[in-house]
Amino acid sequence: MNHLLQLHQHAGVYLVLAAFLLAAGIFGLIRRRTLIGMLIAGELIFSSAALNFMALNRFTAPDPTVGQIFVLFIMGLAAAEVAIALSIIIAVYRNYRSIQPRGLSDLKG
Amino acid sequence: MNFPATTAFPFADYLVAAIFLFFVAATVGGALIAALSTRIIRGVSGLALCCIGLAGLYYFLNSPFLALMEILIYVGAICVTIIFGVMLSETDEVLPERFKHKPYPIFGFLIGAAVAGAVFLGVSQLGHELPWLNPAIPVTADSWKVAAIGNALLTTYSLAFELISLVLLVAILGALAIARGGREKK
Repeated sequence: MNHLLQLHQHAGVYLVLAAFLLAAGIFGLIRRRTLIGMLIAGELIFSSAALNFMALNRFTAPDPTVGQIFVLFIMGLAAAEVAIALSIIIAVYRNYRSIQPRGLSDLKG
Repeated sequence: MNFPATTAFPFADYLVAAIFLFFVAATVGGALIAALSTRIIRGVSGLALCCIGLAGLYYFLNSPFLALMEILIYVGAICVTIIFGVMLSETDEVLPERFKHKPYPIFGFLIGAAVAGAVFLGVSQLGHELPWLNPAIPVTADSWKVAAIGNALLTTYSLAFELISLVLLVAILGALAIARGGREKK
């Protein structure tokens, strides 16, 4: 019982949770039929990496600022990725009238 | 691991455990909604829920600064941007024509579930079994303060800090250029 109450101080909980987020993201990348759905799944994978960094930062890192700064950079990169990917998706939608990756099979030239 | 159990209020431990389980449930449930729902707007809502849960977990990992940043950037910026993208394109996943009169394609679902399950089992086994030997920094140490993050950003990591702002600038300009291209052709 005491063990359950101290659950938030065990690194394993966070690591298993991060593994679950990674698995959910990979499942979404495989199964979603639209580009925006795949983008959301990619965000889940980013979050999984960030949670892993934070857990190891809390429990094993010798300097706790490193992990936090790295996670900040991950958030910045995720924001940049979303901006670029959404503009690409809008350009694709304007050309194909669809955002399903199955239809994007034309090459120019 | 390091700080003593809270003793001020007899049920404080239960309260802390309940809040922690709530955030874990929000993360797991949000991720499941984001990965499984067929409507994109529900997926975005699931991502937002997942990020709120993650913010709570960051708080438990002793970093309230990153909890705030998670809500600010993920829920406030990324999810809203994706919702704008949903508004500007189509909203729902439609089944391909060739599946219209057949039962739902279960085979691909099984493949995806098998791959995701294998990844989950493997990675969580790794995380669970490897010996993490280093002792944790005491949470009362000065290096946990937000001021330490600010100092490190402006001294040790100043080059990376400037580079990430440059990356964001270039990404925004590129997004504008890509989304604008081809508009005047009609």
